[in-house]
Amino acid sequence: MGTSKQNLDELIRKDYEHGFVTDIEADTVPPGLDEDVVRAISAKKGEPEFMLEWRLRAYRHWTTMREPEWAHVHYPPLDFQAISYYSAPKAKGAGPKSLDEVDPKLLETYNKLGIPLKEQELLAGVAVDAVFDSVSVATTFKDKLAGMGIIFCSFSEAVHEHPDLVRKYLGSVVPHTDNFYASLNSAVFSDGSFVYVPKGVRCPMELSTYFRINAKNTGQFERTLIIADEGSYVSYLEGCTAPQRDENQLHAAVVELIALKDARIKYSTVQNWYPGDEEGRGGIYNFVTKRGACRGAHAKISWTQVETGSAITWKYPSVLLEGDHSVGEFYSVALTNNRQQADTGTKMIHIGRNTRSTIVSKGISAGRGQNAYRGLVKVLKGAHDARNYTRCDSLLIGPRCGAHTFPYIEVRNPTAQVEHEATTSKISEDQLYYCMQRGISAEDAVSMIVNGFCKEVFKELPMEFAVEAQKLLGISLEGSVG
Amino acid sequence: MSAVMEPGEHYRVDFERLCGDLPGARTPWVRRRREAALARFAERGFPTTRDEAWKYTDPGVIARRAFAPAPAAAPVPAPEALEPFRIKGLDCHRLVFLDGRLAPDLSDVGALPPGVVAGGLARTLEEAPDSVEDRLGRYAGDEDNGFAALNTAFLTDGVHLHLPPGAVLDRPVHVLHLSTGAGDGTVVHPRNLVVAGAGSRAVLIETYAGLHEAACLTNVQTEVLLGEGARVEHYKLQQEGDKAFHIADTGVYLPARARYRSHVIDAGGRLVRNEIRVRLDGAGSECVLNGLYLLGARQHVDNHTVIDHLAPEGTSREYYKGVLEGHSRSVFSGKVIVHPGARYTDALQANHNLLLSENAEADIRPQLEIYADDVKCAHGATVGRLDPDALYYLKSRAIDEDAARSLLIYAFANDVLDRLPLEPVRAYLERTLTARLLHGRKVEELI
Repeated sequence: MGTSKQNLDELIRKDYEHGFVTDIEADTVPPGLDEDVVRAISAKKGEPEFMLEWRLRAYRHWTTMREPEWAHVHYPPLDFQAISYYSAPKAKGAGPKSLDEVDPKLLETYNKLGIPLKEQELLAGVAVDAVFDSVSVATTFKDKLAGMGIIFCSFSEAVHEHPDLVRKYLGSVVPHTDNFYASLNSAVFSDGSFVYVPKGVRCPMELSTYFRINAKNTGQFERTLIIADEGSYVSYLEGCTAPQRDENQLHAAVVELIALKDARIKYSTVQNWYPGDEEGRGGIYNFVTKRGACRGAHAKISWTQVETGSAITWKYPSVLLEGDHSVGEFYSVALTNNRQQADTGTKMIHIGRNTRSTIVSKGISAGRGQNAYRGLVKVLKGAHDARNYTRCDSLLIGPRCGAHTFPYIEVRNPTAQVEHEATTSKISEDQLYYCMQRGISAEDAVSMIVNGFCKEVFKELPMEFAVEAQKLLGISLEGSVG
Repeated sequence: MSAVMEPGEHYRVDFERLCGDLPGARTPWVRRRREAALARFAERGFPTTRDEAWKYTDPGVIARRAFAPAPAAAPVPAPEALEPFRIKGLDCHRLVFLDGRLAPDLSDVGALPPGVVAGGLARTLEEAPDSVEDRLGRYAGDEDNGFAALNTAFLTDGVHLHLPPGAVLDRPVHVLHLSTGAGDGTVVHPRNLVVAGAGSRAVLIETYAGLHEAACLTNVQTEVLLGEGARVEHYKLQQEGDKAFHIADTGVYLPARARYRSHVIDAGGRLVRNEIRVRLDGAGSECVLNGLYLLGARQHVDNHTVIDHLAPEGTSREYYKGVLEGHSRSVFSGKVIVHPGARYTDALQANHNLLLSENAEADIRPQLEIYADDVKCAHGATVGRLDPDALYYLKSRAIDEDAARSLLIYAFANDVLDRLPLEPVRAYLERTLTARLLHGRKVEELI
């Protein structure tokens, strides 16, 4: 097995595919953060007064907060004054009116990433809002969606075009005081996506955002707000990449989902930020706050995430189950290899009657990766007949990685039924032997077993994402067996 | 003067008043340890809910009160008063502690195998302090727990069980810790030390109870040190009064092939915390932690376990169950840490809670931290009510609602009692606990 192991080691060292830098002139605010920077960002975006006020409130609150330390991750303290809080590709003139006006270099970047916007527009399928560093570059399929009353645009545009909606819902799920990184984001966020699906409308295609950090020493702070009005349905996909750099970059996003009565939101993420090199140099710090609120009866929010990138992931997509009979779901695959660290999970807060939640978390640790599931299931007093099922499985590959589980369960209603199960195991010699005996190579066998391990989550992903996710896992894992 | 005292400051005043008279006060190392512990307590104070380990249990009610040490000479109760805590049919070595001090007149140790010590720690500290110098405090939780530090500072008396290598105790040791105080606000700090030499065997049964309904604090610290291949079976029956505070910390050390089994039964107390920390430090060691809590009224019971797997081929099993009525609240935190190199570790943990009241609350925190790959670890936790189908089944067989409920609750709790190997203890608990669960009726009468 000696030579095959060597090959495996080579495979596992496979380089980050998306580590190129695009040479584009950018309009960047000098590093540092104070009220003037917040004002400058707001001014650059020509925002109305209420936005500036909101940002300043968030900034002032942020200055009173301390970085959270409870997560099972280790990293040197961040210098928040060394980060540039705004970077935008320098617009030629007034900014692109259509795809044809977008800087061809930018489009090339997206082509390299495998999301050719033009093709996307032609092929019926996904409508993409692409965010490059901090600014939304282009949104496809806008007209078609607008015909159905669906608003899908960049956040800045929404602030101008639909200020009432923004004002009503911004910060209603993740308030500007929520946590250290959410407050920071509220103060400095530069762009993101905005979706509004009107009453009774079923969004005919998957909406998608592609995030990319390009400039050096910048943080990316995007903000996504999705509102599904009564009886509507929307499926939203999010993907992320970043160039390869030696220093760590901060990504602190906030995502807010609001599902009104009978509405359904499906939110899928494939996160593939640059994870740093083998020795843990560089990589993205992915400190993200994602939360959805089921505001009406029979609303449903479903989070599906595949987390393979980032040096550190700190993220807990949660659901507030306020409406009676509302449903929350969380399906997650988190992979840590080399020196990656992940502390991720979910919170399901049962408030309404007959609320249901399902949590399926699959953690895979290889190399020196540290992978933690942290979750809370809380059943409040009024949540009669609430139901939760949680399953957390960890797979360990190699003797130097770690897998951890920190679930919290708080039940205050006797009619609630809460179940939690967790297991930890490794790929057994027997399983490998069985496959190899049948002529399947070690790496294929591992890939097969891991895909089987994650199947429950992958089947929740939209088709094209599921394929990408499987590929990503394959790349990172093949050859981890020795 | 009390107006300017910091909270907890009076413990220092009490310490200075008492330390000269505490057992072993003339032995320098004992004195040094007491003083160091007091300094640690002064520095850290009591934990608060901001400490992750105390998130769900607020020690504030204890910290805000000024508990005074129980008087050294406790009134000796009439023998009948001890009767409810006797385990019928149990042939045992008996030790009785009144307010944290050994009462020789009430105790009946009887004949012991050669070299075995089963007595009070105070006596050992007075007569042979050197025999415990390098053991006492080795696995205590002083470092990060204010309660444990306070216990060491006021270290007075408790069980000292010592077994030389190969010694086998045929009969169990039953220890009764009684609080005699009729008034509120006294504190005792029992300190137990169990040293079981290589290949030795012992069964220790501890009962904690109060003679009166009083808001007293029992702050226990227990250290259990096993030798290679030793086996210790440890029962703890906590039957404190409804107003009592009971904080217990147990540190267990297991070298190769040692086996420790703990059975903690909580039936009493107002605010109770049982912390058990086990270090599996030798290959092939094994630990079993069972627990049952039956709570009502405003009882709060927190079972907090930490199992460190430091060596290969260790096995740990945890099985805790609870029934909650009234405004009671239970907390279960179970942490299993598999350290690098602890290959072939096999760890299982389960916690199941039955919520029977609108106002009860169950908080569960099972945690796994794993740093080795060839391991088998799992945990499961549930909270729920009685199964309506099972109720329906019984009712359809002409068993009335009340009886059907009682039967199901009984079956749920009995599952833990069935795991107790010692028959007389099981029978004793069935009598005392099921009487409560079944509201005085017998199981046979229900069917």
